[in-house]
Amino acid sequence: MKDRKKYVLWFDECDIGDVPVVGGKCASLGELLKAEIPVPPGFAVTVNAYRRFLDEGGIRDEILSLLEEIDHEDIDSVEKASKSIRELIEKTPLGMELEDYIGEFYRLLSKFCNFPAVPAAVRSSATAEDLPGASFAGQQDTFLWIRGIDDVIAHILKCWSSLFTARAIAYRSRMGFPHDKVAISVAVQKMVKAVTAGVMFTINPASGDPSSIVIDANWGFGESVVSGEATPDNFVVNKITLSIIKRTIAEKEILYTLNHETHSVEKQEIPLERKNEQCLLDDEVVELAKIGKLIEKHYGKAMDVEWAIDKDLPRSGQIMILQSRPETVWSQKKTEPVIAPKKSAMDHIIANLLEGKKVK
Amino acid sequence: MSKSKFPNPHEVETIPGTEGWERMYPAHYRFTPEHKERAEYEKNTFWFNDALHYPVPLYPFDLIWDECWYLALSQYCSSYFCFPPINGIDHRIVNGNVYISENPIKNPEDIPARVPEFEARAGYYFENWNELEQKWVKKMEEIIGELESIDFGSLPVLEDMSVINNARGTSSGYDLLKKYDTLIDLGVRCWQYHFEFLNLGYGAYVTFVDFCNKAFPDITLQTISQMIGGVDVIMYRPDEELKKLAKLSIDLKVDGEITGSDNIDTVISRLEKSENGKKWIEAWNDAKQPWFNISTGTGWYHSDPSWNDDLNIPLDSMRIYIDKLQKGESIDRPLEKVQAESERITAEYRGLLQTDEDKKTFDELHGLSKKVFPYVENHLFYVEHWFHSVFWNKMRDVASIMKDAGILNEIEDIWLMNRHEIKQALWDLVCAWATVVEPYGAYHWPEELKWRKGVMEKFKEWKAPEALGTPPEVVQNPFMIVLWGVTNESISNWLKLREMGDPGKMKEFIGFAASAGIVEGVARVCKTVREINTIKEGEILVSPTTSPSWAPAFQKIKACVTDVGGIMSHAAIVCREYGMPAVVGTGQASKVIKSGTKIRVNGDTGIVEII
Repeated sequence: MKDRKKYVLWFDECDIGDVPVVGGKCASLGELLKAEIPVPPGFAVTVNAYRRFLDEGGIRDEILSLLEEIDHEDIDSVEKASKSIRELIEKTPLGMELEDYIGEFYRLLSKFCNFPAVPAAVRSSATAEDLPGASFAGQQDTFLWIRGIDDVIAHILKCWSSLFTARAIAYRSRMGFPHDKVAISVAVQKMVKAVTAGVMFTINPASGDPSSIVIDANWGFGESVVSGEATPDNFVVNKITLSIIKRTIAEKEILYTLNHETHSVEKQEIPLERKNEQCLLDDEVVELAKIGKLIEKHYGKAMDVEWAIDKDLPRSGQIMILQSRPETVWSQKKTEPVIAPKKSAMDHIIANLLEGKKVK
Repeated sequence: MSKSKFPNPHEVETIPGTEGWERMYPAHYRFTPEHKERAEYEKNTFWFNDALHYPVPLYPFDLIWDECWYLALSQYCSSYFCFPPINGIDHRIVNGNVYISENPIKNPEDIPARVPEFEARAGYYFENWNELEQKWVKKMEEIIGELESIDFGSLPVLEDMSVINNARGTSSGYDLLKKYDTLIDLGVRCWQYHFEFLNLGYGAYVTFVDFCNKAFPDITLQTISQMIGGVDVIMYRPDEELKKLAKLSIDLKVDGEITGSDNIDTVISRLEKSENGKKWIEAWNDAKQPWFNISTGTGWYHSDPSWNDDLNIPLDSMRIYIDKLQKGESIDRPLEKVQAESERITAEYRGLLQTDEDKKTFDELHGLSKKVFPYVENHLFYVEHWFHSVFWNKMRDVASIMKDAGILNEIEDIWLMNRHEIKQALWDLVCAWATVVEPYGAYHWPEELKWRKGVMEKFKEWKAPEALGTPPEVVQNPFMIVLWGVTNESISNWLKLREMGDPGKMKEFIGFAASAGIVEGVARVCKTVREINTIKEGEILVSPTTSPSWAPAFQKIKACVTDVGGIMSHAAIVCREYGMPAVVGTGQASKVIKSGTKIRVNGDTGIVEII
């Protein structure tokens, strides 16, 4: 297994310098973990694994010759080549050693999650910096609730083959980018089974107060909060002292939960006894706010974060960060002084005395 | 808000049996429906009950401090510093309850001309703050020294021969009147000094608070005070002395004798038998002056004894520390931690400001608030504790002479007379002494004071309205805002309380969120500091108020609830230090909650619930 690191890496072994090997998604997950921001555990299957797969499967030349047959004026011919190449990739078996590496990592991941053949998300992680416009390459390819090593490998192949969608082929041809230079990494990540989930702002979205972290939470998956279908519990946490300054427990009507048969998330009524129960414990609120602080520090700006609590994971780390994007409303306001600057503290005192306090 | 919900000050009921109570207090303290112009002003003004300083009705003598600050606070706002938008704070008394009201500058056109005056006057104080503050401490120490040196003695049948030989030309009767005048004068002067820096201090503090509120709308007052609160303030010294004495007793191995004795007399008599014991007694005696001049209440009432008045109080408190030390626990205040946390919080808030202009404003206002804040905390020790503790006992010396003359039945009856009446009674007394007849007062006062005693009892049962008259549009006096927390919110809370009627049915109490956190636990109601020994580890202290002499209680409890006090009150400050939740200024909690009741204290929202 001495070459292991060439082919599979835990997320916490990835960093920003590894983008060419593990792609942007895995590298950024690694960076988040380095910043102590918890993300669902998993591993990267590197571009080296993809290349070795092409070599071991002996399909590199065949792919190139299929590509050479394309008539770029003819959309159908691109579609046809894409279909053949993708079928070829997806039916070619993985070499023994690669299968061992990936199988071993998947087994260890399942063990860590305390869940046999843990359901995983398999998604492509494009090495975008290498390849302008690579966002075409498999951006849509995210496969959820994949269970068992055979299925995991089958979906890794699907991610690889997504380099050869008709759109990707056409784009590369147009840009004159050689097809044999492209490669893609794949992330295999535990599916979060949310007991409670929601969103967190590292600024008070109502007042713009940068010293507050505001958390909305509901039972089950975060969809009910993101979509606004349920009135969530709401917490305002002081970012600096980490004390909960406001706590509003809502009557929560519906939640999204996993249907174990269809492996899909479905809407359900919340049982009576849990409707008015606080769905996120105070300790978890504070823990989450701490993570919010780290996220804001990591990105250097106020963020809007999706998170979940996954009880499959070890007790010490059940909070998972699923998605972070910059907060847009307050961050885009022009920054003006809170109060007009003055010559001295005395001038401020006078201005303040003159203003007085409205009492109604 | 409906204006009509607070009673008209002229229509407040007279409690049956107290008719004529007005004569117990100076005439100008009355609401006067009979004077048309003044009555109109009184009706259109918003008067609120100063329950912060006076949780129970004021005895006629205790009104002295109110008279003092009526003058002092007002003069510093108007003639001394010329605060641009405000004059003083007006006072009235109803059924023993003091009602106060701010008097703003009514014509806005008058304000601009006041600004340069204020700049020059207040500016001088701010610029020379530290130097002037040192001067202030000297002035206070001088008047306290003078106060302590007053010796009332007793009136002799014959003057001593030395008076004759020195041809002094004045009598002991004259001296008594003069000493009484000096005593009162020192009290008035002490309260002049009390406010010398306070108005400015609050002015600076409120400005910083308002800036923080604008920059961080969610910030709590508690967090703001954490940024400026002093760590090494004099108010903590008495408690520190007890800790030192506790440690010393362990070092000298006399702790067993201290914990094994019932009271201070037994402790002293047992310790006197050994060298180490004597060493400890010496340290104990050294600590008494000035540090045991600490009131067990706020210092505003004659009924609050100081540690020096009852040495068993500091002894009991110190025993709690000895107990902790014997168990190997630390009793030190986490000073460095508190300091470091204050610095961290300040730096983090500053870091959240977006512009350099705001950072500059923040630095200036924070710096000034930090500079003025030690005074805001320290003046309490000099005035309300040290001066008052000595003062009450000097008054008891005066009372003793009056008792001897038959004017008072009991020394403690003196508080039923106001300071002006006492002056008159002393004239009566010395004239009668000189003439060698019975004073008029011996026929008049005992009967009158018996009646007054009954009046005071009836006052105590009366439920005083939180406010009278008409609420204003804007409050401008920094005292009204900081100290009494008069805001839209508090006014509506008072109205809500009025509507609730029977306080015994209350299940929820709203106060100031003084220290963050939520805990549930068993309540321990302590009405006075003498009861803190009943507190069991992990209980929640519920009390009318707390003061530094309550400090040992905070070693045992896990949260604190008080009836009176704001965000800067003693309980609030100590709880923040120990990191335990506190809700202060609930108005009623200690009257309604019973020991043993399970309660939830939410120091984040300021709500206390019976569960």
